[in-house]
Amino acid sequence: MAFFFHLDYHLAYKFMTNIKVFGSGCASCKRLHERAVLAAKTLGIEGEVEYLTDIQRLIDLGVMQSPVMTINDEPAIVGYVPSEEEIVKTIKEALGR
Amino acid sequence: MSIFAPIQWFADWITYGVFHITEKTLLADAVDFFIFDTIKIFLLLSVIIFVVSYLRTYLPPEKVRHYLADKNSYFASFLAAIFGIATPFCTCSAIPLFLGFVEAGVPLGATFSFLVSSPMVNEVALVLLFGLFGWKIALLYAFSGIVIATLAGIAIGKMNIEHLLEDFVLKNRTKNNIVIQKMTMMFRYGRAIEYTFDILKKIWPYIVVGVGVGAWIHGYVPTDFLASYAGADKWYAVPLATLLGIPLYSNAAGVIPLVKVLTEKGVAIGTTLAFMMAVTGLSLPEFMILKKVMKPKLILIFASVVGAGIIFTGYLFNAVLG
Repeated sequence: MAFFFHLDYHLAYKFMTNIKVFGSGCASCKRLHERAVLAAKTLGIEGEVEYLTDIQRLIDLGVMQSPVMTINDEPAIVGYVPSEEEIVKTIKEALGR
Repeated sequence: MSIFAPIQWFADWITYGVFHITEKTLLADAVDFFIFDTIKIFLLLSVIIFVVSYLRTYLPPEKVRHYLADKNSYFASFLAAIFGIATPFCTCSAIPLFLGFVEAGVPLGATFSFLVSSPMVNEVALVLLFGLFGWKIALLYAFSGIVIATLAGIAIGKMNIEHLLEDFVLKNRTKNNIVIQKMTMMFRYGRAIEYTFDILKKIWPYIVVGVGVGAWIHGYVPTDFLASYAGADKWYAVPLATLLGIPLYSNAAGVIPLVKVLTEKGVAIGTTLAFMMAVTGLSLPEFMILKKVMKPKLILIFASVVGAGIIFTGYLFNAVLG
């Protein structure tokens, strides 16, 4: 049972997580993207961490700062660049809910 | 006794005790001044940036927008100018801020007020002014910054410039839904510490060079040397200082220590203030980025209105304090 649960947990990470980074092309936005890519790799998340410069979509999310990282289209990191470990933690927490 | 007395004691000790520089020489003066000012500025900056950025976690721009939307445009401009003090301004956030404000129904004038006050009245500039010029000049700067930002916003709001925005800006009307991150106390502390280090890391070379060159001028250039070029009676000094400030944006931290000694050597205080406001408030990189949301003509109007406000303030203080 525990084994299956464990498997599920990992499958959820792998296939059901969509991470995007929104930025206006500034240095800190690119830094956040690089770290998000590494964090996703650490967690074994499949699929690309997209980097989007479409600010309008950011506004539609209700956010006005940049850079932003979304997890399954929910803003999770807004307006700052945390360390890679912190990003890993943020993703885990967001998916653990 | 001033709270900075221990720093003065330390600077004296390094200058005379460690380096054994002969007292009352130009070199001794310059070294003493450099050590004292650098330490004082970094102490002040670390403490104030930390406190401000901690408090700031309670007032993200999303909340500011919520307060400003659908308010009377005069009042909104004033509020926006006040909020601008507390909000950091990085050119990366200029576009999301602008779009977020306008699309949620914040009056256009208030949006401009915010765009002026946010970079112009910031804690780094204020701390440097306080540390080097004293609290009166720092307050004067903050106060004029808020007045200029408020009035510039109101003036631009009156000009019916909607057609000068890029078309998509007014087409997209978003609901004023706000997403506020939930933050724990530890998270806020962490953010504040990180932000403080980030800023210090970015500006320390400018400050060291600025104070260093300042110390040299302080020691070696005769007092009132510049009075004949940039004293209060020279009409061209203020507009010239304003123009010179535009390309110097990223170096605001280094400019203020320099400007301090220029004042000692005879540059009038109004000219100095105008120069610093232009350095922080009118920035070339910001204008370039704003091109994404507004037509060049509007950027020109924006820069001219703010520039005129700065020049007027410069003349005013030269007349009153010069």
